[in-house]
Parts: sequence; C-alpha cells; structure tokens
Amino acid sequence: MSVWPEERVTTAEGDLDTVDMTVNVGPQHPATHGVFRMVLTVDGELVVDCEPYIGYLHRGLEKLSENADYRQAMGWWDRTDYLAGMCCEGAYTMAVEKLAGIEVPERAEYIRVIMMELSRINSHFMFLGAFGADVGSFGTSFVYAWRERERIYDLFEEVAGDRMFPTYFRIGGVTMDLPDNFESRCRWVLSSIRQGLEDFDGLLTGNEVFVERCKDLTPVTPEQAIAWGFTGPMLRATGVPWDIRKAEPYSVYPELDFEIPVGLQGDVFDRFHVRLAECYQSVRIIEQCLEQMPEGRVLAPKLPKTLRINEGEIYMPTEGTKGEYGVYMMARGGTQPYRAKLRSPSFCNLSALKELVVGSYVADAIIILGSLDIVLGEVDK
Amino acid sequence: MTELPFGDAFFGLSWLDAIIRIVIIVLLMTLVVVYLTYGERKVVARFQMRLGPTRTGPIGLLQGFADAIKLLIKEDIRPRNADRWVFEFAPYLTFIPVFLVLVALPFARDWGVRNLALGMFFVFAVLGLNIVGVLMAGLGSGNKYALLGGVRAAAQMISYEIPLVVALLAVAMVAGTLDLNAIVSMQDTRPFILIQPLAFVIFFTAMLSELHRAPFDIPVAESEIVGGYFVEYSGIRWSMFQLAEYASLWAFSIFGSAIFLGGWQFPFGDDWGWGWQLALTLIKSLIMIMLIFWVRATLPRLRMDQLMSFCWKALIEVSFALLLVNGLFLYYGWPEPILAAVNWAGAILFLGGIYLRAVRKPSTKNLVGSYKHAEVPNQ
Repeated sequence: MSVWPEERVTTAEGDLDTVDMTVNVGPQHPATHGVFRMVLTVDGELVVDCEPYIGYLHRGLEKLSENADYRQAMGWWDRTDYLAGMCCEGAYTMAVEKLAGIEVPERAEYIRVIMMELSRINSHFMFLGAFGADVGSFGTSFVYAWRERERIYDLFEEVAGDRMFPTYFRIGGVTMDLPDNFESRCRWVLSSIRQGLEDFDGLLTGNEVFVERCKDLTPVTPEQAIAWGFTGPMLRATGVPWDIRKAEPYSVYPELDFEIPVGLQGDVFDRFHVRLAECYQSVRIIEQCLEQMPEGRVLAPKLPKTLRINEGEIYMPTEGTKGEYGVYMMARGGTQPYRAKLRSPSFCNLSALKELVVGSYVADAIIILGSLDIVLGEVDK
Repeated sequence: MTELPFGDAFFGLSWLDAIIRIVIIVLLMTLVVVYLTYGERKVVARFQMRLGPTRTGPIGLLQGFADAIKLLIKEDIRPRNADRWVFEFAPYLTFIPVFLVLVALPFARDWGVRNLALGMFFVFAVLGLNIVGVLMAGLGSGNKYALLGGVRAAAQMISYEIPLVVALLAVAMVAGTLDLNAIVSMQDTRPFILIQPLAFVIFFTAMLSELHRAPFDIPVAESEIVGGYFVEYSGIRWSMFQLAEYASLWAFSIFGSAIFLGGWQFPFGDDWGWGWQLALTLIKSLIMIMLIFWVRATLPRLRMDQLMSFCWKALIEVSFALLLVNGLFLYYGWPEPILAAVNWAGAILFLGGIYLRAVRKPSTKNLVGSYKHAEVPNQ
C-alpha cells in the first residue's frame, strides 16, 4: 500500500526493506503548545530526524515597534511571551527608561517585581499543567494548574483591568496604584499557589510512571547547554546557577533574598523540578516585596508628553520566564526607536530541539518538546 | 434442541429465545454505554474539581443521548487515500467481538444469552479478535498517526493477552471448570479474590492494557498520536469505536466481577432472588469501572518499551509462577487456606515491589535552593 510516496527506502539488515516514515506534528497538534510544527522521521518508534518549522505566529513585532511611539509599542511586547505579559512589559519599559534616563519611583519598582513574579508563577503553572498532559495524565494536572492561573488572572484584572495582556506598566512607573485590599488578596493568592504547588508535587513528582518517563531522558551537560545558548530553567537544570536577577540585577532584585534552584544533570525531570522550585522562590520574593513596599508615587513626575530620545543604544537583559529575555534598543532621535530587537529565550532553547530529540522515542520527543517550555509568540515574535 | 444448558427457554422456541435475549442485552448495553460515557465525564470531572456535563437534562443526564444524536447526523468522512473497504469495515470488526462476549456473560442465575460450558475460553477467543479491527483501522486509514496507533495496539494487545489468560487459567484451575456460571456459583461463601488475589492484580493490570486505559493508553495517546487508530473516523463510525470501547469496559468488568468478586452469587445471591443477583452484578462491575476511572484520572502514560518490558519481564513471569504454585497445590491436594495464604503473600510481594518503586521519590537533596529548603518563616 503505497499511501506515502515521498518516503525514502533504506535497507536494513538482511533482505528486509524498511521505510523511514515522516510524521508531521503540528501546527495543529495538542503537543506543540501553539502553532509550532516539526516533521519527525521515525524508524518504527525511534526518531531518526527532526525538522522544526517556525513562523506561524510571526507578527513583525520588531518592525512594528520601530514604527510606533515608544509608549504605543507597549501592548505588542505583552504579546510576545503571552503567558507572562508583565515580564515582557517590564523588559521593554526598563530598556526605554534606561535609554531615556528616566528614574522610576521605588514603589513602582516593587509593584513591578510583584507583577513580574506573579507572571512567572503563572507561566510556570502553565508549563506544569501542560507538561503533565504531555506525559499523559488525563487533564488532571492541567486543571490543577488552571485553578491557580485563574486566581492570578483575577488578581491581575483587579489591579490592571485586564487579565492576559494588562499593559499595566508605563514608561516611568505603572499606570495606577494598587487597590486598597491588594495585600490581603495577594497573600490569599499566594497561599493558594503554595497549595497548588503541593498538589502538583503530590500528583507528578512522586508518581512512579512520571519519574520513569522523565528521569534520565536527554541529559544535557553544562558545556552543551552553554554552547547551545540555553538560558533560564533549561540552563539551570544542568546545574549552572545563572539567573539574570542575580547575575546582572535590575529593578529591586538586589534587595530581595531568594535562591536559584538548579538541577543535577539537565534531564527532563530536572527541568520540571527546577520550574517547580522556582515557583516557591517567586512566592518568597512576592512576600518580601509585600513587606518592604514603601508608600509614594507610582509614576515618575514631569514625564514629557511625547518621549523623544536623542542618541544611544541599550541592551536590557531580564530574566524572563523561559530564560534571558533581552531587549535591544537603538535611538537616533525622534519619537521612535531606530532599531528594536528581542532576544527571545524560547527561540534559543528551541534551536537545540533536533539534538535533544534524535535517537529517542516518539513519545519522548513529545515530552522533550514540552520540557523546553516554548511559547510561540516569543519564538516567532 | 430441548436440552438447553441454561434451564428452560423463557420465550418459547430456542432460537427465538436466543434472539430475544440478544435484543434485550443489546438494548441494555446501549443504555449502559451511554451512561458510562456520562459517568466517566462526571467522575473524572469531580477528580479534577470540575462539574462535568450539567446542561442537558437534569444534572446532564441526557448528555449521552445528545452526543449520540449529534454523532449520528454528522458527516461520515472517508479520506481519499484510505483503503475503502478496510476503512469502512474496521469499526464493525472492533465492535462485533465485544458484542459476542456479552453472549457468554452471566448476569444472574439463568440470566444471560447462553450458558457455555467453555465460557471463559469463549471470552478469551472472541476478545482476541478485537485486534483485527484495530489493526485494519490503523492500516486502512492512510494516516500515519493511525498506523502508529494500530501497530502499537497490536503489539500491546498480543503481549498482554498472555498474562491475562494465564492469570485467569490459574483461577479456572482452582475452580476446576471453564463454565462461567459454575465458577460464579462456587463462590457462595467466599469470592475467588480472597484465594487468588495475585491473579486479580494481574488480571486488572492486563485488563487496563486490553482496554487501552491509562496508564496503558499508548495506542490512543491523545497528546502524541491524537487518538491513534481512529483519528480519521468521524460521525457514526467513530461512535462505533467509542461504543466498542465502553462496551468492552463494561463486559470486562462483568467478566472480572464474575470470576473474582463472586458475580451474582457472593453475599446472599441465592437467598434473595434474581433482582438482588442482577443488582450485585451491576454493583460489582461498577466498582471495577470506578477503579478504572480513578486510575485514568491520576496516572500519566507509560512509554511503549516500558509497557512491553513490564509485561514481558514482570507480569508473565509472575503469572506463570502463579500457575505453577496452583498446580502444585491442586496436584498434592494441599488445603485451600494455605493456597490462599501463599497467594496473598505473592500478591503482597508483587504490590509491595511496585509500591516501593513508586514511593522512591527522586532525591532533591543536592538541588541548591530546592523547595524543601525554601520554607519561608511565618510573618
């Protein structure tokens, strides 16, 4: 039955001719977490080749930003890492502020850190839930994740008026001050997050089937990880304690006390575990912020109505949820940047997909892709 | 003709009697399947802190019928490069074996389609045919996901048939018969799970695999091969696959409850009449089904090679050892309590081994900043 004419025929041992089959995964596939496509060449159940295709979600973010006012471009940057909109806003606004030399009030910095860490938890919860579904739990982990995500989104809505793309940050601070009951609400959400993390720990980490699937699957050495340009949890899973929040601190992170969770051997289980542990650290950071937050302004005074930046360039690295989320900006006068560039961590992590996937089983290829935790809005920009 | 092994014909002529019984069983099965899909959605929803279907009828009770009607009026699509006859007949070939199994199942004393003297053998033989339809669907769809799913299903079902059959043969040895009704009536004082617990453990595991249920749902893996062998089916043909899946779930549960849990017999079966017997059968099968749903809501999926090595390296060895032990006991006529004790010891060792592996939580000791160190003192 020659249903698939395009395959090449390879000779295996003996007289048996076997056909390597190409299996198309995506762009509409439950395991690709968006519109990502990869073509797997499989020999039975073994993956012998993998060809990733990206670009289905390309929206021309960089070019759009170069053709808009510094403030107008804000909303598009939300939509890069759409699971953690606040982190992207933070990176963009900090880059512009550094370029323009704008001082941000301290209260606004604390609010930003709270929001960015909540976004990080949000994104990691998405990973935990979707990863459980990839490994095959029947939606249970997904719904566990969704409970906490809904609560975080509700909090975002109360603070900023929008859930997924709040556009809450402004150049020079944040749009508006926190609501009065924010602290108690936030503490309640944090306790709920703790409970959710414990639930995840019980559901997945201690599950024999889960451990059996993930342990020792494609371990990555620190040298390989650095050579492939891994950042974020992918790099930390290999044992390198590299976190931009510690390495090149920005905002008020130097005043906060937190640890960097690292893995032992960089396998899929470590990637999962590092993200789980990071959520606890984020909760810690938010609790410290709630205690230390001063009163005062939330937006810098005397900001120009139209922001003009004369000359200069800046590269602002931040610790996004997936890794080093860096914004490069170049100004040559006027109200628009001459060049805007995003160093997206998902894209760099994804580029190692072929090396990680080839040689494993089809079922493993799916969870390896899941463990990279890509978000396609950021890969395709 | 007059010598029916199943008592007198209820409905006159023997062939007419058989047809009427089959019609009753099919109608019952359809109803049960409709409510099993509803039940699964409700039960799993409760596991996941959701509500499940609520809108169709009171607490969603009519959801199954709404789905059935929707599926009936949907377009029946056949892909262009599908092998026409193979594609179109595959759903029936998956469904018919399951339907044939129902012929031999004992629902209550003298309630069933036919009582076969080799009932257990018949069930094995017929259930093995299921794979033909699955493989046909996989090959005939002209889809690579379906091909992968069909081949996975074939490998898995052929492997797991062995421990399943051997474990049940061990029980049949103790019972001394393959007649399902006779096996059930032997369990008037104690169900066979008490003297053959290890066989039950093996049977339940292999049953999960035969039914393509989590953690063995590899042939239909939703997140990998998006449904496996039935990925190209739609409308009524797809619903035939669903019907076969849930009907075999039910059939297996009744089969298992008849052999291990005492079927219609165990507590007060003969004393309390046929209504109680029917209720016992249904309750016991529902317990088994509930267990299966529970496992499905909790466990992730194994990988193909892990599945195979679990079957060939653990289940088959244990089931043959069980067969050997039972044979020794029966040959020398050693007393039943000792047989039960040995079996319990085996079951506890087997489950204990699995449990010890399962609680072997990966060490997080050396992970810097791991969450166990990250407890924040109370403010």
